[in-house]
Amino acid sequence: MFEGVPLTWFLILATIMFFVGIYGFLVRKNLITILMSLELILNSVNINFVAFNKLLYPEHLEGMFFTVFIIAVAAAEASVAIAIIINIYRRLVNIDVENMKEMKY
Amino acid sequence: MFTYTVWIVLIPFFLFILIGFFGHKFKPLVSGVVGTSGLFASMALSYYTAYQYFFVVGKTGDVFGKIIGYNTVWLKLTEKLHIDLGVLLDPISVMMLIVITTVSFMVHLYSIGYMQGEKGYMRFFSMLSLFSFSMLGLVVATNIFQMYIFWELVGVSSYLLIGFYYTRDTAVAASKKAFIVTRFADLGFLIGILLLSFNTGTFDFLTLTDPNGVAITQGSGIMFLGLSTMTWSMIFIFMGGAGKSAMFPLHIWLPDAMEGPTPVSALIHAATMVVAGVYLVARMFPIFHFSAPVALDVVMCVGAFSSIFAAVIACTQYDIKRVLAYSTMSQIGLMMFALGVSGYGAEEGLGFMASMFHLFTHAFFKALLFLAAGAIIHAVHSNYMNDMGGLRKHLPITHITFLIACLSIAGIPPLAGFFSKDEILAAGHEKSMMLFILGLIISALTAFYMFRLYFSIFWGKQQQYHHTPHEAPKVMTIPLILLALGAVFAGFIPFSSFVTSDGKPFASHIDFAVAIPAVLVGVLGALTAMMFYMKETNIPETISRSLGGFYRAAFRKFYIDEIYLFITKKILFNYVSRPVAWFDRHIVDGSMNGISYVTNEVSTRIKGMQSGQLQQYAWIFVSGAIGLALAFIYLWTL
Repeated sequence: MFEGVPLTWFLILATIMFFVGIYGFLVRKNLITILMSLELILNSVNINFVAFNKLLYPEHLEGMFFTVFIIAVAAAEASVAIAIIINIYRRLVNIDVENMKEMKY
Repeated sequence: MFTYTVWIVLIPFFLFILIGFFGHKFKPLVSGVVGTSGLFASMALSYYTAYQYFFVVGKTGDVFGKIIGYNTVWLKLTEKLHIDLGVLLDPISVMMLIVITTVSFMVHLYSIGYMQGEKGYMRFFSMLSLFSFSMLGLVVATNIFQMYIFWELVGVSSYLLIGFYYTRDTAVAASKKAFIVTRFADLGFLIGILLLSFNTGTFDFLTLTDPNGVAITQGSGIMFLGLSTMTWSMIFIFMGGAGKSAMFPLHIWLPDAMEGPTPVSALIHAATMVVAGVYLVARMFPIFHFSAPVALDVVMCVGAFSSIFAAVIACTQYDIKRVLAYSTMSQIGLMMFALGVSGYGAEEGLGFMASMFHLFTHAFFKALLFLAAGAIIHAVHSNYMNDMGGLRKHLPITHITFLIACLSIAGIPPLAGFFSKDEILAAGHEKSMMLFILGLIISALTAFYMFRLYFSIFWGKQQQYHHTPHEAPKVMTIPLILLALGAVFAGFIPFSSFVTSDGKPFASHIDFAVAIPAVLVGVLGALTAMMFYMKETNIPETISRSLGGFYRAAFRKFYIDEIYLFITKKILFNYVSRPVAWFDRHIVDGSMNGISYVTNEVSTRIKGMQSGQLQQYAWIFVSGAIGLALAFIYLWTL
């Protein structure tokens, strides 16, 4: 692999990032940190893409392209999410996720 | 050559559009005059066509052929199967063109006076035009599907005109009754058309009625209940014809249809639309004769029975329009009967010729009778002959024309009715003695009820009227006089040299063995009526009392209406409609309502699960995903 780094290590890294992200998503109350956790989840997927691309089709670049694509979409998504969060802040003067229950049934 | 004939049909259609959509912009009288002059144009064209057809180009060799004047493919289903619209000219359709346009023109002219000051004057004229258009389209149909389309159109215009006084409950009920009964009969007609075209692969009359054509020579191998498919299809087609022509037992709508304005009764329910059934049988006659003789026997039996049945009822009724309605039914029964006994070929087809001849003359004297009845009702403001009497001094022109029509229908020579009825009786005579005697009885009854009507209206006791009855205006009496001329002279047309079953002219002659008894019974009937009704006597009462139950049954029209009501209201409504309605309301609607109710209940119960807490949802989602992943990893074994 990359000068002697085995694939397993990449997978372990990605898995740890993924579950750290999940953990953060589930337990943090601040919307900004929840958004950050989401970025972690996305990037763990990106690592997997790159790693498998290098392992399986070293001569192709589709995995890389996909990663770049995900990064671009994530940027857009983050900007929209932050815009929503700012609006929520203006209305409720905090960004605690537990206060956001107006739209249940 | 005959392309212009399409205008005979189209002029009334454009009149309908013109009067119906723009009539209200002008004075009411304008629509009447426009409608009448349009019909005059149509009538002139018809006469020209008849002249061209019968005297100039119609004959090839010595046979009147069928000419397609105009044809257009209207609906192309496949290469072979297409529905056309067009104009077919042959002796019977040309004759019908004359009858329809003439009577329609007379009725239009008469209505200008009769409908004066009525609400819906232009509605009336636009509907009359619609009717004329449909009826003309029906008779010139080149194929059975075109006939069916126009058949329904005349049905709908009849419905609209019977219900013309739509504020009157009886008129509304009568129009509904007429529509439903004829519509029910037309269901049979449609089934017959489908069977026939399935069997022969064509709608076209030229192919269907050619005696050497495929349709007739191929025969019909398939049998059902002992009768061939062709026979069944012709019986079903005749069912449609019986419905329109008010044959027993589908006649119940005709007497009620008299709720419409009197000119409508004259045009639709006496001269033209009700003979459409006769025309239908005549049009399909070669098929009836060659492929379905059993169906032709059905036509004969139904015609003969309806004729005598209606004649008996007509003797007991008091509403003059109802008497005339039953008389119409009786005369149409005679025409059907004549068709039923007829053979095919020049002299063999005497019955066919007689039927068409009677149709022709009947149109004149029956339209005249109705229009005269309209003039009488107009003067007396009552439909009941009990309210009339001694009117001959007040209504001289109506009196004379009515008398002419009565003499004509009673078959007194040399009026038109004599010649045509004589041919019918001769045709019956050729078939069997019994049918001839039946015909004589019908003739006697006809003469009796017509003169009963005549004497009770114009003679009888002198009534005290609220205001002196006065003769109708000129615009109403002129059509009466013209039609009376028709009722006198139409019989002198040598019909057998124009209209025959196969187009070959033959010379008919008056058979004195038939004519003398026929005239005698006619005179007998008329004299009996004169004895009973000319002066006020108590003979009718005595006779009706001595007849007892039979008289009451005839007076109540043999309880046919009651039987229909019993079958529909007591049996169909209670034992079919109600259970079906219950099934619809409780089972079909119930299951739908049940589903929505259950969905509603369940969702109100479980909506509490939506807490609005994002992270709770995420927990459930993640644990579900992990659970599934575990299940896939450990339990999924291929």
